[in-house]
Amino acid sequence: MPTALILETAHGPRITAANDAGAAAGARAGMLLADARALCPELTAVPADPAGDLALLEKLALWAQRWGLWSAMDPPDGLLVDITGAAHLFGGEEALLADVGRAFAAQGFTARASLGPTAGSAWALSHFGRSGAILTADDDPLRLLGDLPVAALRLDADVLTVLRRLGIKRLGELAGVTGAGDDDAAREAAARDALRRRFRNHRSPAANPLLRLDQMLGRVPEPLLPVIARPMPMVQRRLAEPLRHRALLDRVVEDLAGDMVRALEARGEGARRLELALWRVDGEVLTRRIELAAATRESGHIMRLFASRLDDVDAGFGIETVQLRASWSEPLALAQADLDAAAEHHGTALAACIDRLTVRLGPKAVTRPVARASHLPERAQAWQPPLDPVPAQQGAFAFHSRPLKLLERPEPIAVLYASPDGFPQRFRWRGTVREVVRVEGPERIAPEWWRERSTARLRDYYRIEDAAGARYWIYRRGIAGDGRGGVPDWFLQGLYA
Amino acid sequence: MPPMSFRPSPARVLSRSLPEARWRPGLPAQPFHSEIFAPATEASGAGLALALARDALAAAGAAGGEGEDTRQVLWVQDRKAIQRGGRPCLAGFPPAWRHRLIHVAAATPEDALFAIEEGVRCRDLACVIGEIAGNPRALSFTASRRLSLAAERHGVRLWLVRLDAEADLSSARMRWRVGAAPSPPPRWNPAAPGTATWHAELFRARAHAPGEWMLSDDNTALAIRRDPEDDHAATPDPVRLARATFGRSLAARARP
Repeated sequence: MPTALILETAHGPRITAANDAGAAAGARAGMLLADARALCPELTAVPADPAGDLALLEKLALWAQRWGLWSAMDPPDGLLVDITGAAHLFGGEEALLADVGRAFAAQGFTARASLGPTAGSAWALSHFGRSGAILTADDDPLRLLGDLPVAALRLDADVLTVLRRLGIKRLGELAGVTGAGDDDAAREAAARDALRRRFRNHRSPAANPLLRLDQMLGRVPEPLLPVIARPMPMVQRRLAEPLRHRALLDRVVEDLAGDMVRALEARGEGARRLELALWRVDGEVLTRRIELAAATRESGHIMRLFASRLDDVDAGFGIETVQLRASWSEPLALAQADLDAAAEHHGTALAACIDRLTVRLGPKAVTRPVARASHLPERAQAWQPPLDPVPAQQGAFAFHSRPLKLLERPEPIAVLYASPDGFPQRFRWRGTVREVVRVEGPERIAPEWWRERSTARLRDYYRIEDAAGARYWIYRRGIAGDGRGGVPDWFLQGLYA
Repeated sequence: MPPMSFRPSPARVLSRSLPEARWRPGLPAQPFHSEIFAPATEASGAGLALALARDALAAAGAAGGEGEDTRQVLWVQDRKAIQRGGRPCLAGFPPAWRHRLIHVAAATPEDALFAIEEGVRCRDLACVIGEIAGNPRALSFTASRRLSLAAERHGVRLWLVRLDAEADLSSARMRWRVGAAPSPPPRWNPAAPGTATWHAELFRARAHAPGEWMLSDDNTALAIRRDPEDDHAATPDPVRLARATFGRSLAARARP
């Protein structure tokens, strides 16, 4: 059954991979699905899942550590395992490769495995060589790999195009560009130097064929990023008798919090996110999740945060298993413990206070205002989580006077009498008529043309004080005759102290 | 309303039997729970709360003799207070306080009271400023008593601004009623609004006698504005600086 994986692109669905039947029918990676359907109308299209593939590859990399201590991912579809000193455990290198083939086949994967003294040579052999090929350290890699295409060097597509235009198709041609062989070392060195200058500005190994070649031959080191398993701290209690009462549940959660604190302490970490899962007798799983403003390792604090989230738990016929996971943890050094043990005497810490506010009021309710680079007053202030680092800011102009409070949105005012200078002498706001006694302004703030429509109008701000002494910040939106609307409106936006 | 000028009688100034019977800015011993009643159409309540808080923290810092205070300030508002009076604007704050503000937007007065109490219990906060609109049922005498006790126990000061509220029962140690007052004309542009000025009435306090003041805050310190006439002394007036015109002909004055 010809099948292809597709990904939506700007020009329509495009094939990312095809199975053997699909490839035989003409589907190729990179082809538009419409073109492939023209070749083979019965081609089945399945949406690809790159993120899921990457997660699977990461799991496979961990699983592949059965053959070596150390493995790395090679996205989208490769794995590198360092089997240095481990092959004899499987009965030699051939037996190890056979074991790899068997294990992947048992999992339902098709795999091509090869062995080489460097990551580059193993990659080249597995992708372009005979399956199961083994290159030992004693072999001459250039002689054995010289017939492979230059694509075996793990190069970018545009570099491959350049090499094809230069007429370099095989690894042997790249190593001995002149074709002179060993008898003319000086000419060879000059040709190599010319090639090096051609790719002088290509720092990335994937864009520099000479660097890749040296990596494959083991002349320069190649750093790789290993995959390391980090098990999530998890504690659980299986209960002999299903729980139906809140007091008992609190007791179990308290025990679990204590266990979790010990587990985290052993790792030198503190929890940022905790998930509590409750398995009911009838198979239902209830989960409660809390997030903390700072890494913590205090069982009392964890207890209190969960206590407010357990009020709506429906125990049904009883809860038989309770599990607590720290799905997000951060390093947290051991601290002096009992100096501030008596929180009821000395109060809570700031992070604990923020946590308790966030759990009850929601994360959006507890924020810190930070300045933002904008002249529009309502955009000049952003709200971010309270304990996040404050972004660096250019200093504000000290001569701009700003009110102490800004209304949520500017409120329209009705101007009853305007002075000849253009500002209102008497206006009505919230049902009260006010006389303007003193005025300063205007301060003109132009619209941000790079993000607003061309019809957005400028604002002229005035600081005013009314007869009773109340001080306000009002503005006129637009000026008469600016061609962006009718008569300008007046708004009140800020309250001065 | 004419500005009330207060001049303490010599007897009261000289008498030390009742220490600091009159409130004045900069007193080292300030209560931990104060209430400020203000109209919601002005920022005078928030402004006075901020000024009093800075005054109290400056006095406490001078007494403690520590370095720069970097503790955070918790500003709690319920939804009605945000709707009627707006949110705090960072650019209008005193520069030393701009990076120290944590804002809590509570949906209900109950949530706001919870946030205020949690803030008062937190040892890492410099002070808590709350804004609650109206007279909600949740803010009963019992609730205010809880706040007073928590604030006094943990030593975190609380200023609770009550917008458009009646002065009902409360256990706040100082209760103010404040409204905006005409500001002194600035030195360089007399037609512009001046520094923040309020007419503040202290109508209940434990340690002090009730009284009324004209208070002003120019982002450096809270001060009593004693007399509008003093402003003229501070403002150089070229007309008054001119020499009196004795013995000069009127024609000379009329000449341009």
